[in-house]
Amino acid sequence: MTPRRRRMLTIGLLIAGMALATGLILQAFEQNLMYFYSPADIAAGKAPPDRDFRIGGMVVEGSVQRDPQSLAVTFELTDYQHQTTVQYTGILPDLFREGQGIVAHGRLDAAGQFKAREVLAKHDENYMPPEVAASLKKAPPGVRP
Amino acid sequence: MISEYGHFALALALACAVLQAIVPLTGVALARGSWMDFGNHAARWQFFLLGFAFLGLAQAFLAHDYGLVYVAQNSNSALPWYYRLSAVWGAHEGSLLLWVLVLAGWAAAVSLRSRSLPRDIAAVVMGVMGLVSTAFLLFLIITSNPFLRRWPAAQDGADLNPLLQDVGLIVHPPLLYMGYVGFSVPFAFAIAALVRGRMTPAWARWARPWTLAAWVFLTLGIALGSFWAYYELGWGGWWFWDPVENASFMPWLLGTALIHSLVVSEKRGSFKNWTVLLAIGTFALSLLGTFLVRSGVLTSVHAFATDPARGIFILAILGSLVGGALLLYAWRGPSALAGSSYGLVSRESFLLANSLLLTVATLTVLIGTLYPLVLDALSLGKISVGPPYFNLAFGLVMVPLVVVMGLGQFARWKEDSLGRLAQALSRFALAAGLLGGLAIAVLSPNEWGTTLGGVLLALWLVASTAAGVWARIRERQHRWRALFTLPRAFVGQCLAHLGFTVTLAGVVLTSSQSADLHTRLAPGDSVELGQYTVQFESLRDYQGPNYRATRGTFHITTTGGERHTLMPEKRFYQVRNMAMTEAGIEPGFTRDLYISLGEPLGDDGAWSVRLHIKAFVRWLWLGALMMACGGVLAMSALTVRKRREAPQAALASTLP
Repeated sequence: MTPRRRRMLTIGLLIAGMALATGLILQAFEQNLMYFYSPADIAAGKAPPDRDFRIGGMVVEGSVQRDPQSLAVTFELTDYQHQTTVQYTGILPDLFREGQGIVAHGRLDAAGQFKAREVLAKHDENYMPPEVAASLKKAPPGVRP
Repeated sequence: MISEYGHFALALALACAVLQAIVPLTGVALARGSWMDFGNHAARWQFFLLGFAFLGLAQAFLAHDYGLVYVAQNSNSALPWYYRLSAVWGAHEGSLLLWVLVLAGWAAAVSLRSRSLPRDIAAVVMGVMGLVSTAFLLFLIITSNPFLRRWPAAQDGADLNPLLQDVGLIVHPPLLYMGYVGFSVPFAFAIAALVRGRMTPAWARWARPWTLAAWVFLTLGIALGSFWAYYELGWGGWWFWDPVENASFMPWLLGTALIHSLVVSEKRGSFKNWTVLLAIGTFALSLLGTFLVRSGVLTSVHAFATDPARGIFILAILGSLVGGALLLYAWRGPSALAGSSYGLVSRESFLLANSLLLTVATLTVLIGTLYPLVLDALSLGKISVGPPYFNLAFGLVMVPLVVVMGLGQFARWKEDSLGRLAQALSRFALAAGLLGGLAIAVLSPNEWGTTLGGVLLALWLVASTAAGVWARIRERQHRWRALFTLPRAFVGQCLAHLGFTVTLAGVVLTSSQSADLHTRLAPGDSVELGQYTVQFESLRDYQGPNYRATRGTFHITTTGGERHTLMPEKRFYQVRNMAMTEAGIEPGFTRDLYISLGEPLGDDGAWSVRLHIKAFVRWLWLGALMMACGGVLAMSALTVRKRREAPQAALASTLP
C-alpha cells in the first residue's frame, strides 16, 4: 500500500467509526428522552402506555397510604383537574409531603396507575417543579388553591 | 455600617474595571507604553476594592445585620458563625460577588507576574479581563446587588438552606469558581494572541501555568461537589448528570483538551489555531455554566430566585464576549496557521485525536444538557434526558480516548512507528492483561463485560505509564537514582494520568461491585447485606443549634470479626421547615459502608432505611486528588523553568 492509500484507509476507518458512534449516541438519546405529562394529559390518553415518562402534580391531602409490612406506598397526584394514582416502593425524599408538588419517573400499568421508579421533591418548602407550576396554570380559575 | 462602605467599594471597583478595560486597550491602539501598563494597577486596585466589599458583606453576616435583604434571606441568629461566613456565598448575590472577586484575583495575579510578558500582550490580557469584569460587575450591581437594604430591618433571618449547612460547602464554591473564572486567563491570552497576530511557542508557555492552575482548581471543585453530594444528599449517589454538574464538567473536559493542546503548541509550534479555539470554548462553557446555574432556567440547589432579567443579562454577556471572540478568531485566526509538520503515527496525532474525542465528549454532554432547555424555550414540550444516555454516550467516547491516551503518552514527537510502539508496549500490556484477568477472577462482578473492559482499560494506562518510566531509566547506570530524579513535569504528567486511571477504575468498580438494600427496620431488627450483618440498635432524639434531630445507632459486623458502629441522622431545620438526611458512613479503601435514615413508618418505631456497600467509591476522589497534584507538579516545573530563563530568551525562543 502506498502511504497515500494507507492514509485514505485510516481516514475512512475513522469516519466509519465516528458515524457508528454518532448513530449509537443518537439512538441512546432517543431512548432516554423522557416527556412530561400531567394527570389531565393522562386522563386524556396522551401519555404513552409503553415507555417511561415523568408525571408531576400536587400530592392530594390524606391520600398517602403505606403498606405496614414493606416500603410500598400509594398516593394520589392532582393538577386540580384530574387525579392519577401513583404506586411506589422505596424511600420517599425528605421533602415529600401531602400538599407538596412532586415529580415522579415511571410508566403506566395496565390498570392506568402510575408505577414510579423514582420520586423527586426538591430543596425547599416553597419550591414547585416548573412543569407542575405550568400544568397547574392550566387548571380553571377557582379550583386552584 | 461597614456594609455601606462595602457597597461604595463595589461601585468604585466597577469604575476600576471600566478603566482596566479601556485604558490599556487604547494604549495598545495608540502605542503608548504607560497607558498599556495602567491595566496592571487598575487590576490590583479592583481586587483590593472587591476584597473590601466582600469583607463588608461577611461582616454583615457575622454581625447579624438583618437590615440587608440578602443577609435576612440567608442567615439566622441560631446559625453557627462558620455557616454565617459560608452563607456569604450561599445564595445568588453573594456567590456572584465571590465570582467577580475571584476574577479580580486572577487578574491581579497575572498583573504581578506579567513582567516577562511583552508589554502589548500583557495590556490586551488586562483589557480583556477588565471587560469581563465590567460586564459581571454591571450584572451584579444592576440585577443582584447583595448590599440592598430593607426597612425596617428583619427581626431574624430566614436561615441558610440546610443542604448548604455543611463543611463541604464552605470550600466547594470558592474552588469551583477559582477554576471556572480561572479559564478567563487563557481566554484573555487567546484574545491577545489574535489581536496582536502573534502566536509564538512562548505564548503557549505563558498561558500554560495559568491554564493548569485553573484546571487544578476545577478538578478539585468538581470532586468536592461530587463528594458532598455523596455524603450530604443521603442516597449514596456521587454523580447524577444533573445539568448543574454538567455545567461544571463541560469546561473541565474542554479545559483538559486545552492543557494538552497547549503542550503541543509550546513544544512543537503546532495546533495553534486549535489551542486558541479551545481557550475560547473553555471559557465560553464556563460562562454557559454560570448562565445555566444563575439564570433560573434550571431548578436545583444551585439555582435560587427565578428572575428572567438575570438570565437575559448573562445571556447577553455570554453572547457578546464569545461572539466577539469568535468573530475575532474568524478574522485573525487563519493568518497564524503555520506549524511544524508531523507524521500520522506521532505524539501530535494521538494528542490531536484525543482533543477531538474530548470535544466530542463535551458535545454529547452539551446536547443532553441543552436540548431539553431549548425545547422548553420553544414551547415544544417538556422533556428530560436520563442518565443512561450520558452513561452510554460518554462511555463510548471514553473507550477510544483511553486507548489513544496510553499510546499518546508513550509515543515520540514528530514521527513514531506502530512497530516500535507495539514492541515497547507489548510486555507491559501483556502483564496488564494478566493482572486484569486475575482481578476479575477475584472480584467476580455482577456486570462482567463493563467491569472487565473498564479494568483492562485502567490497567492499559498503568502499563503505558510504566513503559514510559522504564524507557527513561533503563539506559541509566543507577536506575533507582534515575527514578527519583525524573523531571518534575514528567512526574506530574504520570501522576495526573495515574489519577485519571484511579478515577476510571473507581467509576467502573463502584458501578458494578456495589450492593444496596432499601428496607424497613425497627430498633432491635437486623438484616444481612453481602457479608455484613446490620443491626439497628436504638434511636435517640437531640437538639442541635438550629435543628431537631433523630440519631440512629447501627452495628455492622462480619463473620471475619469486623465491627463498626454507624450513626446516621435525620435532622429537621425549624426555620425553613426542612428535613435533612445525614448519612452514617464507615469509609474504607476498598469499600464504604453507608447507612441513611428514610422516614418513620409506623407506631412501632420502624424506619425506612437505606443500606449501601459502596465498593471502591473513595477511588473516585482519590484519583481526582492525584490529577490535581499532577497538575500542580507540572505547573511548578513550568514556573521554575520560566524563572531560570531570562525573559528575553522566552521571547526569542525558537522551535527545537
